[in-house]
Amino acid sequence: MSPLWQLILMRARSLWREPSVLFWTFIFPLLTSVALGVAFRNQQLQAVDIAVAEAPGAAQAAQKLNADPGLHATVVPIADARERLRRGKAALVLVPGDNPELLVDPTQPEGRTARLLVTNALERAAGRADMVALRTAEVTEPGSRYIDFLIPGLLGMGLMMSGAWGVGWSIVDMRTGKLLKRLMATPMKRSHFLLSFMLSRSVLTVLEVLFFVFYARMLFGVRMFGSLLEFVVYALFGSITFAGLAILIASRAQNTQTANGLMNLMTMPMMVVSGVFFSSSHFPEWTQPIIRALPLTAVLDGLRGIMLDGLSLAALGPQLLVMALWGLVPFAVALKIFRWS
Amino acid sequence: MAAISVQGLVKRFEDVVAVNGVSFDIAEGSCVGLLGPNGAGKTTTVEILEGIQAPTSGNVRVLGRSWEKDATAIRERIGLALQQTQFYERLSVRETVELFRSFYPRGLSVDEAIAKVQLQEKSKAYVMKLSGGQKQRLAVAVALVADPELLFLDEPTTGLDPQSRRSLWDVIDALRGKGRTVLLTTHYMEEAAQLCDRIIIVDRGRIVADGTVQELIRSIGGEQVIEIATRPTLTDEQLKAQVPGLARVTRRGEVAALTVQELHVAVPAVVAAVQAAGATLQQLSTRQSTLDDVFLALTGRTLREDES
Repeated sequence: MSPLWQLILMRARSLWREPSVLFWTFIFPLLTSVALGVAFRNQQLQAVDIAVAEAPGAAQAAQKLNADPGLHATVVPIADARERLRRGKAALVLVPGDNPELLVDPTQPEGRTARLLVTNALERAAGRADMVALRTAEVTEPGSRYIDFLIPGLLGMGLMMSGAWGVGWSIVDMRTGKLLKRLMATPMKRSHFLLSFMLSRSVLTVLEVLFFVFYARMLFGVRMFGSLLEFVVYALFGSITFAGLAILIASRAQNTQTANGLMNLMTMPMMVVSGVFFSSSHFPEWTQPIIRALPLTAVLDGLRGIMLDGLSLAALGPQLLVMALWGLVPFAVALKIFRWS
Repeated sequence: MAAISVQGLVKRFEDVVAVNGVSFDIAEGSCVGLLGPNGAGKTTTVEILEGIQAPTSGNVRVLGRSWEKDATAIRERIGLALQQTQFYERLSVRETVELFRSFYPRGLSVDEAIAKVQLQEKSKAYVMKLSGGQKQRLAVAVALVADPELLFLDEPTTGLDPQSRRSLWDVIDALRGKGRTVLLTTHYMEEAAQLCDRIIIVDRGRIVADGTVQELIRSIGGEQVIEIATRPTLTDEQLKAQVPGLARVTRRGEVAALTVQELHVAVPAVVAAVQAAGATLQQLSTRQSTLDDVFLALTGRTLREDES
């Protein structure tokens, strides 16, 4: 049988028969998304806690506030009230009196909501007439929830991890066990060897992507707004990019510890800044060009673009360029400096 | 035509000279052992012949070809087992042999290669389930799968228990002949004596002796060794004066090893010498000279000291 096919079979068998590979590729992201999906599921906002300081009229004030379902007021001594504010147990302290006073912590996001709601409740109780009649309809669209953001993020991270370890670690392991040296002493074509890694990675990538799309749909109702085919193709690009990087990392490392260290060095920073779990736009403006030039950012932008915004591949030119550079340049360097024994 | 021809081979690493001017020819169809302690340069020499390392200088021809010009042609015609290759743990014996078979245009069938090393029963077992001896047999099966004209075995039995070692010797013994050339390295003298028609002893990157086992043993002046321990210890002069045909005395601790030609003459003389010196005999035994004695005579060290 053809040597290339045998090499691919070898890769596929060693992946398929390695329980840890299956765990990290399929089970781990599933568990992570279930855990995070539950923790961050979109739910009714809870009532905002208000502390009313003990004073004449405190009980009436609390009653007025509690008339609003969005507020939950408790009467406590002033010292207690301040303590609650400090520990974040109350979003606002109301000190009743002729000139009621509101104490808010400006760094607390709930404080602003609390101030508006309290003002509104007190004014209404005092007989304010609403000038504009507004209707509010409550809608939660698929595609805008945290889980929708998270699923492509986890997929991108998974592609990076399995690219780095599935390719890089395996190569170094083969070098340590002298298998690389032994293969090199046969008439095997070196291009076949490297190609077998690329191709077996690609097959696994397709399975990985389909699995993600399927369980995200089944468990969380995450919808695919773009084309599934283009999504798979884009993920393949991403996977090859990371395989190229992994081959570079593995090209000279003499033991698996070194390789692990280098791969952590590559993956950890990107996991933080590229926007796996939260949008990278939270980082300062000046860092944005750097973040956008990272391969994981490009992969995530594209996956989210296709999945959530229904973009086509053609609209993702800059991202594809970033990925091509990160895949091809390291691969070319790796071919030059690759250590076979 | 010589299967292997090496002239003035030198391999220098940053601060060590691993091979320091080695020359030899190996005739087609012979089984030759490179014998020497760890670090003697055996593996480096063999890896240069296998095309895995490049020599610093010197001339190497393998099967009449040079590595610079005909690498693929050589690779297709040689088989090799490195010192302890770790094959893929989760591939079966059969799948591993099949993979390697696919790289060669000609060769044995996968089943034939497995049968040669008697691993048929383990053919479906994963590599991770094999014993050390079985793994080494797999390495030999992989070396044989191209039905090579020239076979390199680098320390094929290092680290194996005596029983596995013997059964692997049987496998290698059966491979000899049929015009196939075998070059094996070892630091076990029994292995070299058992398997090889010719032995090249190397030490510190140089060849120190070359010949058949008989020739090498004869070269140190005797085929018999008498080992004695006495109180007090007899000096070399006392022994040499009284024991006829004494070629050399080597000492390890209390025990003196006397290399002699004829036991029936030497043993009574040794006993007489002990008596004449007024010493008491603690121990006396005799044995055949071994390659270890040859190595000791040539280098002043034993092969076994390097064995861990």
